[in-house]
Amino acid sequence: MHVRPLALAASAAAALLLAGCATDAASEDAALTVTDPWVKTAVPEDMMSAAFGTLTNTTDEDITVVAATSDAFPTLELHEVVDGSMQAIDGGFAIPAGESLTLEPGGLHLMIMELPEAIEAGDEVDFTLELSSGETVDFTATAKDFDGGNEEYHGSDMDMGSSE
Amino acid sequence: MTGLSRRRLLLGGAAAGAGAAATLGAARAGILPVASAEPSADAAGVNGERTVPFHGPHQAGVTSAPGAHAVYLALDLLPATDRDRLAAWLRLLTDDAARLTQGRGALADLEPELAVRPAGLTATFGLGPEAVRRAGAKAPAWLGPLPAFPEIDALEDRWSGGDAVVLLHGDDPTSIAHLARMIVRDSRSFATLRWRQAGFRRAYGSDPSGTTMRNLFGQVDGSTTPKPGDAAFDAAVWAGSEAPAWLRGGTSLVLRRIAMDLEGWDEVGVDGREASVGRRLSDGAPLTGGAETDPIDLEARDASGFTVINPAAHAARAHVADPARGIVRMGFSYDDPVEPGATDSQGRPAVSNVGLLFGSWQRDVDAQFVPMQRRLARADLLNTWTTPIGSGVWAIPPGCEEGGFVGEGLFA
Repeated sequence: MHVRPLALAASAAAALLLAGCATDAASEDAALTVTDPWVKTAVPEDMMSAAFGTLTNTTDEDITVVAATSDAFPTLELHEVVDGSMQAIDGGFAIPAGESLTLEPGGLHLMIMELPEAIEAGDEVDFTLELSSGETVDFTATAKDFDGGNEEYHGSDMDMGSSE
Repeated sequence: MTGLSRRRLLLGGAAAGAGAAATLGAARAGILPVASAEPSADAAGVNGERTVPFHGPHQAGVTSAPGAHAVYLALDLLPATDRDRLAAWLRLLTDDAARLTQGRGALADLEPELAVRPAGLTATFGLGPEAVRRAGAKAPAWLGPLPAFPEIDALEDRWSGGDAVVLLHGDDPTSIAHLARMIVRDSRSFATLRWRQAGFRRAYGSDPSGTTMRNLFGQVDGSTTPKPGDAAFDAAVWAGSEAPAWLRGGTSLVLRRIAMDLEGWDEVGVDGREASVGRRLSDGAPLTGGAETDPIDLEARDASGFTVINPAAHAARAHVADPARGIVRMGFSYDDPVEPGATDSQGRPAVSNVGLLFGSWQRDVDAQFVPMQRRLARADLLNTWTTPIGSGVWAIPPGCEEGGFVGEGLFA
């Protein structure tokens, strides 16, 4: 399961600052915080990449992330991995009140479908999450080279192995 | 033993070194070993949780007491690493270090479980002249290879130089290995690994904290070096207005890999060993008497009129009247596998490959390190058994605050 208790949130909030991520007033007050966001480096020939991080619901109401956008990429999808195959998730990412949801390789992720240009290590990439309430949450992900998680990019012929 | 002194022992360098702090709360006191008359072992694993703050005006590896283990990594920039990419690289490495030294996994860390026992882990980043050039910044005049010391040097490229250096030290080799791994992984797009050198001191808990190290000749090594928090330390180490703005509050690192001829040393008796250094082997005290940290009396004479300290003894040749004009040493021993085909000083197949990773901090390499090294190269009895085989000089930028990165001043 990807739902984690809120107890992790305090240290994760500090990490957000460390990583130099979005900390504007709007997102600080947001119902949803994004901590430890990162995006996998890729070149256009890879066609795809993915972004990860921990989404924490700071309210006492359930929250659903219904979409993600980025000026850097034309197409983003909310994905899950089921039985080794990734697919768009029905109904978005649901985060129960006071809980956190971790997007990570081999699991839930923001799928970048078309890469207009390379994502290079150390790049800072801006994303926006859209909530079912109509609110938006901005965050900035750090690009990291990452050799794992390739199973996501090979459709149904992959081997999930020990990823989840 | 009082509660305070037991706590100081358990907290190791963090309690002894200014600028370093432990994050252990008072609640921890309940699980410390019971009071006893003797130093007691850390049976609770407390030291594993010890953190040294990463952020601050100076890089933490300079201001904290040396850990039991150290790894130096030297990296060379790829041709494509321009000013912007260099900044991105330093930001990534800073983020890795800021997280792992505080006991949290790095971003995209596949082994975050290894992060939870930092044991005083610190990371310190340094830059060579090529990195400063790529940043388009002004380099201090001393930044570059040391002048040659032909009397003693037998330098090898494989232990020398590097466009950047990272020093990791702490009490736990596993946490060091994990941070080293994250750093080389996150460097792949920017730089190549030039060399890696690992060293050690006594294990955590073997000596009371603050004990001067012994090198593998058995000598107490570094008795007079200023400690963090001393006025002399601050005066000797921190670059000021004479340095480019990006370096103020930083310093320089000189690393010399010094091979030690244990077989030759075997042939020397205790008197000869002590005379070569000018200090007693048993406790490191000057041969002119007193305790380890008492001043050495280079003028004292024996009944026959000779100085007690041989003028060519290491302590005499290295002596600096004003410690603010000297260097601050941070040494780690190495004990590496014998290299194939190596022979010892008597031509026999070598059975040891040991030495010292001699590191030193100083605000100005030319004013502080070079004159001392020149004196030692001309005459130092210890030169008989020691050979510098690696050498490097790097600028050590100041520390950074949360949200910043080490070296950010280069890009201001």
